Amino acid sequence: MDAKYDLNDDSVVVIIGSGAGGGTLANELAQKNIKVVVLEAGKRHEVGDFVNDEWASFTQLAWSDMRTTSGSWRVHRDFPNLPAWIVKAVGGSTVHWAGASLRFQEHEFKAKSAYGGIQGANLLDWPITLQELEPYYAKAEDKMGVTRTNGIPGLPGNNNFKVLAAGATKVGYKGVHTGRMAINSQPRDGRGACQQIGFCFQGCLSGAKWSTLYTEIPKGEKTGKLEVRPESHAAQIEHDAAGKVTGVVYFDKDGKQQRQKARAVCVAGNSIETPRLLLLSQSSKFPNGLANSSGQLGRNYMRHMTGSVYAVFTRPVRMWRGTTMAGIVTDEAGHNPKRGFVGGYEIETLSIGLPFMAAFLDPGAWGREFTSAMDGYENMAGMWLVGEDMPQESNRITLDPSAKDKLGLPVASVHFDDHPNDVAMRNHAYKAGTAIYEAVDATRVFPTPPYPSTHNLGTCRMSENPRDGVCNKFGQTHDIKNLFISDGSQFTTGGAENPTLTIVSLAIRQADYIAEQMGKNAI
Amino acid sequence: MDQSRADALDRRQFLAGVGTAALIISGAAVIHTEEAWGLEVKNLKPETMRTLIKTARDIYPHDRLADRFYAVAMKSYDVKAGTDPQAKTMVEQGVAQLDALARKQHGVAYVDVGWEADRVALLRQMEREPFFQNVRGGLVVSLYNQKEVWPIFGYEGESASKGGYIKHGFDDIAWL
Repeated sequence: MDAKYDLNDDSVVVIIGSGAGGGTLANELAQKNIKVVVLEAGKRHEVGDFVNDEWASFTQLAWSDMRTTSGSWRVHRDFPNLPAWIVKAVGGSTVHWAGASLRFQEHEFKAKSAYGGIQGANLLDWPITLQELEPYYAKAEDKMGVTRTNGIPGLPGNNNFKVLAAGATKVGYKGVHTGRMAINSQPRDGRGACQQIGFCFQGCLSGAKWSTLYTEIPKGEKTGKLEVRPESHAAQIEHDAAGKVTGVVYFDKDGKQQRQKARAVCVAGNSIETPRLLLLSQSSKFPNGLANSSGQLGRNYMRHMTGSVYAVFTRPVRMWRGTTMAGIVTDEAGHNPKRGFVGGYEIETLSIGLPFMAAFLDPGAWGREFTSAMDGYENMAGMWLVGEDMPQESNRITLDPSAKDKLGLPVASVHFDDHPNDVAMRNHAYKAGTAIYEAVDATRVFPTPPYPSTHNLGTCRMSENPRDGVCNKFGQTHDIKNLFISDGSQFTTGGAENPTLTIVSLAIRQADYIAEQMGKNAI
Repeated sequence: MDQSRADALDRRQFLAGVGTAALIISGAAVIHTEEAWGLEVKNLKPETMRTLIKTARDIYPHDRLADRFYAVAMKSYDVKAGTDPQAKTMVEQGVAQLDALARKQHGVAYVDVGWEADRVALLRQMEREPFFQNVRGGLVVSLYNQKEVWPIFGYEGESASKGGYIKHGFDDIAWL
């Protein structure tokens, strides 16, 4: 029996967003018999709707609502209105993610203590430790079916991985394997095994890759406690005179304004829309936006140090065959300041199809230098470098002073500049990637600039002290007890690891906390 | 006339014509004499479309790609020129500007400039123009997203209809 709540039912928890954070939180609360309404801005595309064609899929799934950008990052120059590549659909970015599921390292929760004072970096220790999160990491790995955990075998290595592994081994790296991936290597949890379809970024047609769309959400709906409303775009979170949130105003699929009352509101719109919504919700009582007594709302935007290295060989690789990512070299992920920077980075296989290679290999480039690279596509291998970037207060989300979206709401503006530590790390990573491919006789190597960000973090960060951040160790905002941050915006620092496993773990833990607080009538 | 002057004249005519030997104008169409296709041009001047096709190849030159792929990529400019007067002006003026540069520096229209390197040098002078940026940016999708182009690069596209690459060589690399 599908749940359907009255708009005036103020006993429901309203979750905005249905991705790794929102979707997991929704199911976890529903399993605890708590009534949940999920407002998802995007449509509900099921597995049968996915298209294995890069541009057609991008049109179907990507968040393309207007955003503006500023700053010295190359994304501003090449993709001024596309700062991020995330999903606008039920399932959020778990629909298009690659599946990499890595735990943070212990010192990464204590980045400020571990790295010391870094000029221009707004480093801060998380208010939680690895030890506190470990039981939740374990639950998340089981929930998601992460390979190399829970007795689940690693995925087989595809051509792209074999090139990486051969080169990395020759260079002397030791931490080389096909990754800890939330992709079934054998049937599990009612979903089949990976068929190496090769279009992970376009939605998994076999369901082998974990996505809240076809795991958490239907499981939650089955309890009869969870109602998901697609094409429901949250526009404002309302509060009462005492400063408690009371409901969410949203635009429904017909463009009409609706108001869903709420006992608590959890925001999981990913790290650009979440602070945008809190800023849009400013009022006379909260003139700087909700939960912004610290002034940190929207600030400390992190996108990970990223870049790619593609290499051409004299013989075919055919890297597009199989998983987009399922291969890792972990040796550079630790903190080793002798390299000339703090924090570390992971080296992960990556493949994109011919159409996307034309767009992202070297945005703006043309002529024979570019086309000779494209001519080598069949003989290309590729990797993605993902590492810890420094939080900077000036890297932030604000409301654009003039641009408005189709609903008439001020759009998010994303400002970003690399920190010198990010640049030093990226240059080191480019050299490392080049060395790997040259060890197996690459004839030409291309360091590729960061894409529109797929990892977006930190804009409503956790802090021990309310003056340093937006929420506490449970993602509960410091200023408003019944308002929660439930996505990657919570991250105090970025770590070197892909964020999804940590987002899911935090959501499981937050559900425990919300249930406990509701049980005590504290919320 | 003496033989050396006659030779020089023939040589110049030959060089002037070599860039346009395959793509010719016939009425309101661009005809490719070697690949045997024609592209009816409804809203732009056919000379403009011919120049667009040549420009497209010069921006993203792939020697293994026949002209028809570049023509397909440029077709949308003629379509858009029919409904969007500003788009039509941008293209006609952009091509006119390119031709003016070519005449000034080489004495002939863009399509008649013999060496690719010379044409690319002209394009570099136009690099900041909205016309150039529009054509270059559009080609990223209109050229490389043509499914008929993919096999020429070896790219195989989707695999789910065949059961995935798991049984179609996902790990068949043999030279490591």
